[in-house]
Amino acid sequence: MSAQTNLIASSERKIWPLTGGVHPEENKHQSTTRPIGSVPLPETLVLSLSQHAGTPAEPVVAVGDKVLKGQLIARASGVISAPLHAPSSGVISAIEPRPIPHPSGFSEPCIVLTTDGAEQWCELTSVDDYHQLPPEELVAKVRAAGISGMGGAGFPTAIKLSSGLPIRTLIINGTECEPYITADDMLMREQAQAIIEGAEILQYMLGADECLIGIEDNKPEAIMAMQTALSQSASADKMEIVVFPTIYPSGGEKQLIQILTGQEVPSGKLPADLGMVVQNVGTAVAVKEAVVDGKPLISRITTLTGAALQTPGNVAVLIGTPAHHLLQHAGLQESQLAALVFGGPMMGFSVERLDIPVTKTANCIIAATRSEFPEPPDAQACIRCGHCAQACPSSLLPQQLYWHAKAENYEQLLHHNLFDCIECGACAFVCPAAIPLVQYYRASKGAIRTLEAKQDKSERSKARYENRLARMAQESAEREAKRQANAERAARLKAAKTNEQSGVAEEDPVQAAIARAKARKAATAGQEKPARVELSAKQKELKIQLSIARAQAKKTEKALSAAQSSGDGGAVARLKSSLDMLHEQVAGLEREFEGSSSLAPIASQAEKPAKKGQPALSADEKKRKVELALANAAVKKLQRALESASEDDAPALKQQLADAGQKVADLKQAMENRL
Amino acid sequence: MAFIISSRSPITAGQTSPHKLGLNSTQRVMSLLILATLPGLLAQMVFFGWGSLVNVLWCVLIALGCEALALTLRRRPVRSCLSDCSAAVAGVLLGLALPPFAPWWLSLVAVAFAMIIGKHLYGGLGQNPFNPAMLGYVLVLISFPQEMTAWLPPLGLEGHNNSLGDALSAIFGQGVDAVSMATPLDVLKENSSLTINELWQANPIFEGMAGRGWLWVNLAYLAGGLFLLWRKVFTWHAPVGMLAAIAIMATLFWQGSGSDSHGSPMFHLLSGATMLGAFFIITDPVSGATSNHGRLIFGAGVGIVVYVIRAWGGYPDGVAFATLLMNMAAPTIDYYTQPRTYGHQRASKGLPKKD
Repeated sequence: MSAQTNLIASSERKIWPLTGGVHPEENKHQSTTRPIGSVPLPETLVLSLSQHAGTPAEPVVAVGDKVLKGQLIARASGVISAPLHAPSSGVISAIEPRPIPHPSGFSEPCIVLTTDGAEQWCELTSVDDYHQLPPEELVAKVRAAGISGMGGAGFPTAIKLSSGLPIRTLIINGTECEPYITADDMLMREQAQAIIEGAEILQYMLGADECLIGIEDNKPEAIMAMQTALSQSASADKMEIVVFPTIYPSGGEKQLIQILTGQEVPSGKLPADLGMVVQNVGTAVAVKEAVVDGKPLISRITTLTGAALQTPGNVAVLIGTPAHHLLQHAGLQESQLAALVFGGPMMGFSVERLDIPVTKTANCIIAATRSEFPEPPDAQACIRCGHCAQACPSSLLPQQLYWHAKAENYEQLLHHNLFDCIECGACAFVCPAAIPLVQYYRASKGAIRTLEAKQDKSERSKARYENRLARMAQESAEREAKRQANAERAARLKAAKTNEQSGVAEEDPVQAAIARAKARKAATAGQEKPARVELSAKQKELKIQLSIARAQAKKTEKALSAAQSSGDGGAVARLKSSLDMLHEQVAGLEREFEGSSSLAPIASQAEKPAKKGQPALSADEKKRKVELALANAAVKKLQRALESASEDDAPALKQQLADAGQKVADLKQAMENRL
Repeated sequence: MAFIISSRSPITAGQTSPHKLGLNSTQRVMSLLILATLPGLLAQMVFFGWGSLVNVLWCVLIALGCEALALTLRRRPVRSCLSDCSAAVAGVLLGLALPPFAPWWLSLVAVAFAMIIGKHLYGGLGQNPFNPAMLGYVLVLISFPQEMTAWLPPLGLEGHNNSLGDALSAIFGQGVDAVSMATPLDVLKENSSLTINELWQANPIFEGMAGRGWLWVNLAYLAGGLFLLWRKVFTWHAPVGMLAAIAIMATLFWQGSGSDSHGSPMFHLLSGATMLGAFFIITDPVSGATSNHGRLIFGAGVGIVVYVIRAWGGYPDGVAFATLLMNMAAPTIDYYTQPRTYGHQRASKGLPKKD
């Protein structure tokens, strides 16, 4: 015991206290009595395409394909994504939605692998000396190995390693502050050397000067093992194991940075902005295996614990192993089982099925009895006692957030920094009124995000609408200008002709234009216009349908690309199928339309009489209409001229404008009288 | 294979994190509070007789009755709400604050007003803007000033009464021929001719730094308050704010030991309802400010107003008025005393800005 105390005391580095925090019952001893075990190979492995934070992976195998252990079965799609590898050899038996570990209880696309028991590896490329390779190449290896944060958040590791910002400090997180979970503890006890090696590789990749390994003081065996491994490694001078008092939630990324460095990650920024990167010990081992052995991430250490298990402990499990397979192995007493929780008791989520598969982030499965996780008592009234505020590691006022959440006062929630809440549950843990505070915050965050997305969307459509109006206005202005230019040119020609013929002085060009237009209209009134190819009613309908289908297809395409970038796997599949359907529809309509257009002349002949309902305009009416349009144009032109006119010109222009306006009014009057 | 956890073991659908709560409960908080008043109650009984105990029991009874009535009228679960002990706390505090031989109807008016008007009319536990006990206290103080200023002679003085029978008949019966006596705060306030030394010698109600008996009563409440601090029922901010403010005010306006003296800082800290107020009244979280910083300001405000009333106001003590006045200021204090959140340069202040 004294050796342990010495080791703990030997850490001379200054540590900073965590703000707030709580001391829940640890319940870690149940699962640390036996070494990390293994479970028999399950018959099927269910691999969710969304194992990580970000867009789901895209399958590169088809049902029926035979795969080898470690073979790529789904590739990363997009920047924030991670590939997926076969955890064992076998045959792909299905690619379909299956229940995944998620609080929603929803099913998501999964690759189902039926194992053949051969455990036959694919070819692996190991690296003898990673120092020979540039860091970027190592990051690429990490990316290709499908490693995502193994502490629980599941953020793709390669992205954290290639932020582009200068990194000074690498922090290895061996805190594991959640009760019950001992996966990292056991990993440190048994694979300390691999962790140190992984940390060295990470340090090399990041170019970080120092590496701090943070461990809570409730893990003396792990601390000892890590100290020993570090003292035997070559980089003992560049790494330091920092031991600090046990308190929940010291293992949160932001909290660990605060404890080890006294700095705070600015709100809305990343640790990289402070020159720091935090990686979990499990991630360090995965990195080591990816770089040195060339192995992709296909297994992890998971704690199986809870009073409903006869032999709780830690096991190395293949990703995709269904929970019931593991729980049976650990002696599940199903009659005792009251709650199945993925993760720890403070932040984990309960699932309602036993066939949920293990993912890369599944650090713990708790099979709890009713007495272990009793049903929460009915919530009482908040008396604002403030115990929650004392416990909050983010220095929020949970009691105020609660009131504002209940009132759906989103402005106040934002003002009280709701989005700095890390949902650690310390507030709800100490609440004397047993109010499910975290639930209120999650719901409010969701509501605010939805609202913001809606506002964003309406802003976008508003901008689109305004752009359209502007475009239409511009187009009509251009048309108007063109028409006017034509009229003027014609007037000039006519005037020139008249001048030639009679030598009469040039009139007002507008008047001339009107006069000429009148003459032309009068001349053409009698003649039939060259017949345009008229579309039959059927064709028109087809055309409308076609354009609707095209628009829908376009819209769906847009939604699809949005869904792909946001990583919504279910939506992608759904949208893809509806897009195919729409394309088919478009093609069909096109064929039909082309087919019908050959019949067009007959059809149009037949259909024509139907148009008789609308009385044709007489030549006189047409003439007046033209006159009116021209007069309107003149008014508009004068208005524009007036706007840009100097003060001297203005009176004259105003007079002209008044005259033109009068003319328009007269013409309108005349038209109306006629009608 | 039964994949879905069967009905034999009803899984809590939608049970959310945290899956296991701490042992804290409103009942525990309130019970600790009542427990911590015991030293004060005991001291009051030693120095002023059985009246305080009878009062406390009578007030608790009324408080529970009124709470049950109000809950029934409001169609709320009576049993589970009564068991949170918040009504009992209000009853205990009023019982301690009222004069030991206060007639039964006085307590009835005070407690009933506190519970029905002061608490349930605003929406019940957690919703009341004012401290209910102090509302009830102030109501009877301004309505029945004669009964409210009749304190008993403390132990060691002529007229001290420690008979349970007398207490019962004084409160519920025809009354006994009890000698009533002003409190030290009152005597000092009325004094305009004697120096402090003369006053202390002339009036046996004074003893040591504070009044006879009052010193020990206050120390007993202080002990109870420290116990609550140790059990982390509340933080030190509000009590320290109030006591520091009283000490500073009393030092600034002491005016020596002449006949116009307002009394020493120790006198003010250890007399009247100072300690009861600092640890049991202004620590009511519902009606006070909510952040640490806010509670410090809230407590200091109460301390200042208490001293102002004692020194220049119309009443010998002012804890109740000061508490109610600061209750009104609490929401505003809350707006300006948010703590600085992790990762933020500075704390948010005031109301949210409209864009």
